Amino acid sequence: MAEPRPVLEMTGIVKEFPGVRALSDVDFRLFPGEIHALMGENGAGKSTLIKVLTGVYSLDGGTITLDGRSVRIASPLQAQQAGISTVYQEVNLCPNLSVAENIFIGREPTRLGRIQWKQLRRRAAELVDRLGLDIDVSAPLSSYPLAVQQLVAIVRSLGTGDGEGPGTKVLVLDEPTSSLDRDEVLQLFALMRRLKDEGVAILFVSHFLDQIYEVCDRMTVLRNGTLVGEHMVRDLDQVGLVQLMLGKAMGQLDELHEHQLRSDVGETLLRADGLGRTGGIAPFDLEIKKGEVIGLAGLLGSGRTELARLLFGADQPDAGKVSIGGKQVSMSAPNDAIGAGVAFCSENRKSEGLVPDLTVRENIILALQASRGWTRPIPVSQRDELVAKYIKALDIRPANPEARVGQLSGGNQQKVLLARWLITQPKLLILDEPTRGIDIGAKAEIQKLVVSLSEDGMSVLYIAAELEEVLRLSHTIGVLRDRRLVAQIANGPEITTSRILETIASGEHQ
Amino acid sequence: MSATTQSPTASDSRTPSKAARLLGDRRLPVAVTALLFLLMYLGGLTRYQFYGFAEPQVFLNLFIDNGYLLVAAVGVTFVILSGGIDLSVGSMIGFTTMFTAWLVERQGLPLLVVVPMALAVGALGGFLMGYVIHNFEIQPFIVTLAGLFLFRGLCLVISKESISIGDSSVSSMATAQVSLGMGFLSIGAIVSLVVLAVAFYVLHYTRFGRRVYAIGGNEQSAMLMGLPQGGTKIAVYTVSGFCSALAGLLFTLYIQSGDPLHATGMELDAIAAVVIGGTLLTGGSGYVLGTLFGVLVLGLIKSIIQFEGTLSSWWTKIATGVLLCAFILVQRFMTTRQKT
Repeated sequence: MAEPRPVLEMTGIVKEFPGVRALSDVDFRLFPGEIHALMGENGAGKSTLIKVLTGVYSLDGGTITLDGRSVRIASPLQAQQAGISTVYQEVNLCPNLSVAENIFIGREPTRLGRIQWKQLRRRAAELVDRLGLDIDVSAPLSSYPLAVQQLVAIVRSLGTGDGEGPGTKVLVLDEPTSSLDRDEVLQLFALMRRLKDEGVAILFVSHFLDQIYEVCDRMTVLRNGTLVGEHMVRDLDQVGLVQLMLGKAMGQLDELHEHQLRSDVGETLLRADGLGRTGGIAPFDLEIKKGEVIGLAGLLGSGRTELARLLFGADQPDAGKVSIGGKQVSMSAPNDAIGAGVAFCSENRKSEGLVPDLTVRENIILALQASRGWTRPIPVSQRDELVAKYIKALDIRPANPEARVGQLSGGNQQKVLLARWLITQPKLLILDEPTRGIDIGAKAEIQKLVVSLSEDGMSVLYIAAELEEVLRLSHTIGVLRDRRLVAQIANGPEITTSRILETIASGEHQ
Repeated sequence: MSATTQSPTASDSRTPSKAARLLGDRRLPVAVTALLFLLMYLGGLTRYQFYGFAEPQVFLNLFIDNGYLLVAAVGVTFVILSGGIDLSVGSMIGFTTMFTAWLVERQGLPLLVVVPMALAVGALGGFLMGYVIHNFEIQPFIVTLAGLFLFRGLCLVISKESISIGDSSVSSMATAQVSLGMGFLSIGAIVSLVVLAVAFYVLHYTRFGRRVYAIGGNEQSAMLMGLPQGGTKIAVYTVSGFCSALAGLLFTLYIQSGDPLHATGMELDAIAAVVIGGTLLTGGSGYVLGTLFGVLVLGLIKSIIQFEGTLSSWWTKIATGVLLCAFILVQRFMTTRQKT
């Protein structure tokens, strides 16, 4: 079949931020009447590409051609006028106004400056009707659930053209499904297909692989700001897609894999039954034994951090229960978790973990002091002794307790964070991406530390982006996909990174 | 996610129930205030019916005695609807009384020249505050607080003592009565009702008015929807400045003097009237008609206390405080309901 002319062509797109090349030489094309998925891990450049297209960011290089004409898009308003409409993850409408007003505000039909309300409502009802939605346009937007609000946002974005019916050629949907439930997603898909039949080109971004395969025709894969390839969805299976997104062939991954960790694990320490949080992670069961290292594998955004945050009480679960050491614990705040012996090293060590303006000593002592309560300060001599001990044990450099944490290197900051939690002698240590952004030497030290902690009987929940790391350290590997814990695999010689990749891609463990 | 999250049934997700709609209806607070006014009025009728409370003129006097407050409150309604606040209203009214009295009495300018000048000064003051709020992204609270001090100070620059107006054109205007058959209204009362009608039209039938609501609902969204939110914000404070100046003129007419301490704290009366009238302090929801009832309720409290005779006038403040508290709690209740 001869390919029609693309409605949108982006060629050689370059976008630089200070110190980072977010997009380098990316090509992207979009055909009328297709749903096109933009794929890639977090940080691959999806959002940047969309923002360049919709005029939020300016271009540093490359050209954009719309309908055969070269265009310069300098603002979201210009993008709209050119026929490129965007609906973001958050609904950007005014909840206090009626549905009809939200569709028309800024371009209300007027006569002599007077808004023609009857005409406005009638036309809004027509637009809504034409897209097969059954909503009362005179009701306030806030009276409808988020999904409907999202659909209204799409209706609004379609109406922009000339004010009479849709003039939109390109519709960008940036993660519209992340807060919708299944029925609502289906409703959105129905609308997308209807628009596709009308010849609108839709750019769809979603973390959920299944949704991509359900609704999309074509996809473009990005990795680290570069174009990996453009494929028809039917020609590329999910395993292939995951490999493209991660940039590694499966065989290549196997060679890196070796086992170092073998030790017996004890009785059950923590048990989660049906623990879950809407919009975070689907309910899961998890058992962590004493001295066991559980690694979590999955793509970025698959729910790894969300799972960890639930176990720490940083997010409140809306289903299920947790028991630690046989006793049920209410995880309503991190304090409960700390009290029960759970420690959590956040992946954002700068924003969520360390206080950069405090000294190494103060940062290390923070959690221990918190667990004692502020009314019982730790004696100075004991404090200095503890701090000195952990600075030595973890080889924190410079070995100066008075140094400000903000001035330490990434690896040393990570060690300070670790020291803070180790000092409280937790039963379960949750490490979320402890090795991200630190050099190879520090990485190895932290991994060695995990092994020795496990031998001392401490349980560890280990989250890392690199599968090899997870495989090397863990007794059990929990695989996450689309915000769901899909499999728990006991580690052994027969388990390879490609087995895990397959599980990530297919959602099933054979 | 799909299989485990319950999907709401079609009926409750599509069409909100009747009760929920009624409670969520934005006109409800106005109806509550109107009902309160009615009950208070009926209460006054039964208690003081032999003291002349039933006279239609008692009702009309509410408009005559509170016309300036209504105009000021209408301006504040615009500001609060847009999600802001204006604390400079009372000072602006005080300044306008001084400015007008000084020009008419000391400079001998005719009223026809002074009125547009005063209005222009008020609008300009509001514009400047709006400009600062928008362009420098400073909280309206602080900027209009500065306006409060600035205009009160300017009163004293004009004169430290009050200036009474003996000009015949002013006094004839002040005492003019427009007969309505069963009673009469003053010119000030009529002007305030015209302002109310114009404000209603602007808020509900012009794009500017709808933008005010949109910005109050969600400023960020309004911007992403391509609405000129900066211009709208500046315009809102300009409207409020203009209304304050007009209220100042009506106040001058009502009191027939200028005084540097006139209308001290009246911005708070205006805000109270707006809130009692059902406008949400967070912006985006409310009606000028509610503001009318808010002003009438405050006025009626004063009247009833006058009729009671034995009560001191500070009971007005106490009653206002209690009402304000009650209405803010009702607002809180309503907004939390809407979110769930």
